[in-house]
Amino acid sequence: SGAKPISHSQITRLYSRFTSLDKGENGTLSREDFQRIPELAINPLGDRIINAFFSEGEDQVNFRGFMRTLAHFRPIEDNEKSKDQNGPEPLNSRSNKLHFAFRLYDLDKDDKISRDELLQVLRMMVGVNISDEQLGSIADRTIQEADQDGDCAISFAEFVKVLEKVDVEQKMSIRFLH
Amino acid sequence: MILQCLQLMAKLCHSPGMSPVMTARPPWWEAGEIQRNLWVALLILPRGLFHLSRKVTSVVPESCLLILLGLGLGGIVLAVAKKPKYQLEPNMFFLFLLPPIVLDSGYFMPSRLFFDNIGAILTYAVVGTLWNSFTTGTALWGLHQAGLMADPGVEAGLMDFLLFGSLISAVDPVAVLAVFEEVHVNETLFIIVFGESLLNDAVTVVLYKVFNSFVELGPAHIHATDYVKGVASFFLVSLGGTAVGLLFAFLLALITRFTKRVRIIEPLFVFLLAYVAYLAAEMVSLSAILAVTFCGICCKKYVEANISQKSRTTVKYTMKTLASSSETIIFMFLGMSAVDTSKWTWDTALVLGTLFFILLFRAVGVVLQTYVLNRFRLIPLDRIDQVVMSYGGLRGAVAFALVILLDKAKVKAKDYFVATTIVVVFFTVIVQGLTIKPLVTWLKVKRSDHHKPTLNEELHEHAFDHILAAVEDIVGHHGYHYWRDKWEQFDKKYLSQLLMRKSAYKLRDEIWDVYYKLNIRDAISFVDQGGHVLSAAKLALPSMPSRTSMSESSVTNLLRESGSGACLDLQVIDTVRSRRDKEDAAMHHVLRGSLYKPRRRYKASYSRHFISPDKQERQDKEIFRQNMKRRLETFKSTKHNVCSSKTKARLKEKGRKKEAGKEVAGLVLRTSPVLVTVSSDEEESDSSETEREDDEGIVFIARATDEVLQGKATPGSLDVCPSPCIIPPSPTLAEKELPWKGDQADLAVYVSSETTKIVPVDMQKAWNQSISSLESIASPPGIETGAQHRRFTRPMLEKQPQSASQATPEQVSRFQFPSHISKSSRSKSDSSPEGVEQQELQPLMGTEEQGRGLPPAEHRRLAFSRASHI
Repeated sequence: SGAKPISHSQITRLYSRFTSLDKGENGTLSREDFQRIPELAINPLGDRIINAFFSEGEDQVNFRGFMRTLAHFRPIEDNEKSKDQNGPEPLNSRSNKLHFAFRLYDLDKDDKISRDELLQVLRMMVGVNISDEQLGSIADRTIQEADQDGDCAISFAEFVKVLEKVDVEQKMSIRFLH
Repeated sequence: MILQCLQLMAKLCHSPGMSPVMTARPPWWEAGEIQRNLWVALLILPRGLFHLSRKVTSVVPESCLLILLGLGLGGIVLAVAKKPKYQLEPNMFFLFLLPPIVLDSGYFMPSRLFFDNIGAILTYAVVGTLWNSFTTGTALWGLHQAGLMADPGVEAGLMDFLLFGSLISAVDPVAVLAVFEEVHVNETLFIIVFGESLLNDAVTVVLYKVFNSFVELGPAHIHATDYVKGVASFFLVSLGGTAVGLLFAFLLALITRFTKRVRIIEPLFVFLLAYVAYLAAEMVSLSAILAVTFCGICCKKYVEANISQKSRTTVKYTMKTLASSSETIIFMFLGMSAVDTSKWTWDTALVLGTLFFILLFRAVGVVLQTYVLNRFRLIPLDRIDQVVMSYGGLRGAVAFALVILLDKAKVKAKDYFVATTIVVVFFTVIVQGLTIKPLVTWLKVKRSDHHKPTLNEELHEHAFDHILAAVEDIVGHHGYHYWRDKWEQFDKKYLSQLLMRKSAYKLRDEIWDVYYKLNIRDAISFVDQGGHVLSAAKLALPSMPSRTSMSESSVTNLLRESGSGACLDLQVIDTVRSRRDKEDAAMHHVLRGSLYKPRRRYKASYSRHFISPDKQERQDKEIFRQNMKRRLETFKSTKHNVCSSKTKARLKEKGRKKEAGKEVAGLVLRTSPVLVTVSSDEEESDSSETEREDDEGIVFIARATDEVLQGKATPGSLDVCPSPCIIPPSPTLAEKELPWKGDQADLAVYVSSETTKIVPVDMQKAWNQSISSLESIASPPGIETGAQHRRFTRPMLEKQPQSASQATPEQVSRFQFPSHISKSSRSKSDSSPEGVEQQELQPLMGTEEQGRGLPPAEHRRLAFSRASHI
């Protein structure tokens, strides 16, 4: 999938994980297969991340699709950074990592995070002891902070801009997906 | 059992080999004994004082403070009594001080984490310890051969040095825990070092014994078979110790299964059997530490499920208290023992050589083993981990006790070894203990810029962390799923059924337990709100936000355009005190406080002194609940049409209800997979019950909406009136004839009919499903389910007054006063002791459920039903 393939042993490992998740044993994973992972049930964004594995309208994902999504989290190697951008951008590029996160917010896929979409994610991530008004004002403030064209929503460009100081390469990479 | 244990203890204490000092004491010593016990009691005091000032303990580990305090006290005693008194006696250490610590660490060991890393732990414990002792021993011998040890008193051959190497090379669990608890390294690293220190005991014991006997035999008399015996004894000691531990864990679990009538001594059994395991292993020269460790690890799950809540608390606190006291005493006595100069002789070359070699070989060993291990690990241990592991190899009281136990007649250089051991222990505990924390923080600090994050950064970075945690979970960092699954199946099928009470077995699954509670609570709150949440969310989506935020943001946009860019930087808040900045700061504050912590930032979940306030657990529950709610919502939004049409069909054709009911149940189940896995087997075991439950499905629906209405109509009275749903609204003519019609007519007043049609149906189904599947199994059939039927069928009964409400006045009254139900069920059920548990739990449940604004009748029923399960 990416510029540099994941090593063979890692693919084997991930494939065995894939099959162990696949309770239906039909070579694809359904949402329920993911939801069965107990840790995901206590992850506030768990269901959003599960959804990210499924392409539009599908409710099954095969191993290829599974790997494709996971490839976003491959660390960026040093030699990849310096490489010229002739070929297609690898899935684990900074921009693609950010886009993955962006899509978690952007439910209606209009390439904008509306106030409402932001609010939903906020509600997932904060404790219940915060009132709706507080949350609403936090969402407003967050949007104002990022919004540049005044459409009261965060576009992808604005999203990238507002996170330019963040070490996305490190924060969105998993060590063992070398 | 108690008698047996006491006998064992007596046997051990009086066996001449074990403790000559204790048996051959002149009477005057008795006074000293009392004195010493008084001392010991006083020694524990400083610990409390240390904890009072967090400032001191945050910089200096407690073990350092204690050892220094012991040193000071020893000095005072020496000055006053002119001769050293009170020191760490090996017998006291091994018989009384060590077991509580090991039991505590075994029992509270994060077992999942432990078994996830068992490969690495075993490697470091076995290979690492072997490597350390052989290299250190040989290197020291080389140093001696080279003539670098100036003191001619160091009379020792290769075997002596290997013996010394074996006792000095083992990482000490007490010291490691004491230091690592305060250095908050990541959990994997923690468990590896901690697990290693616990499990290397077997290696240490075997090496120590083998070399000790070799020294006694003399190098000339050792045959090849002795080496083979040595190797064989390693397997015997380690596997035998583990087997003893497992055996006693099994016994302990089995015993606690039958202690429901003797709640008071439940905790005692835990301690007694664990201690007996220790003594039994010690008696037959197996690894006692391994025995207790595995006893603790393995029995916990079953014991915790079997014993009552109060016993659980007692066990927890007693264990922590004992372990904490033992640790205090050990370190204080270590300090005091060092004062006794009569026992040690100094040799600079030996001391420095030992220090150098243990540090060097530990580092080399760790690097080599990690290199091999990383080929098999999904998450490799990186360089920083290796540094911490090498540096965290602390030596402690075990080494000291072992060196004291050496026989001066056979090991000529004992005094030198004692001195060296004391220095090594002091060095590792004090110097390494003091520096490891700064080292860890120094190594971890990579952040170069210190700008305060903007709201966006804060929020999105949090999201990143959650995403990463989720992806890690999806990928699964543990490569042994197959065996874990197998084990879990075996455990579920046989072990748990054998070792757990029936009632406990049902709720054994932790996640299921949480899910069960939350599902019910959720369902109730949903029904309470009458699907308000859903409708609000739906309403809010299209129009509202855009309008409000438009006006607001246009103003603030203007503000921002005119204001300087510096406003965004929170660091200048002090200089530019605009309202906006203050708001920003307040928001950051709010966010900081309430954003859920990503899973991987949790600290290692073992601490000897602090019982975690379950903050993490609370967060988990909260998230879990929200997730499940969302899953249910999405389910509803996609499937509600199917459901409602199906139920309508069922209303008309009551004859063919069963199949339909099953289908609906299946649908609900499918939305929440946790439910599927657990309740499916329960359904198998009692399908007739659930089928009967399904039969009443329609009636639940009618009842549910009815209840919603009441909740809506008299919101204030909910708190005041003890049982708001005793008297339902008098049925209209239409209601009498067509239950669903009457409901809808009423609903229109309060909530949009669309939502109520959908929501209560599913929620009620899900709720019923979870309640009924549990209740019907765990409690005697008939009574409870009957009560439930009555409860839910009541509206229907009202609608056919001639048959139901007149015919069964008794039933209705039962519903009104749920205590009757519980009483009757208790009297009729054959497992009456559950009533005891119920009494025990009732207040707990009450406080937990309070303030959720449930109708009290339901509330009480809930407490009742849950109590009978736990």
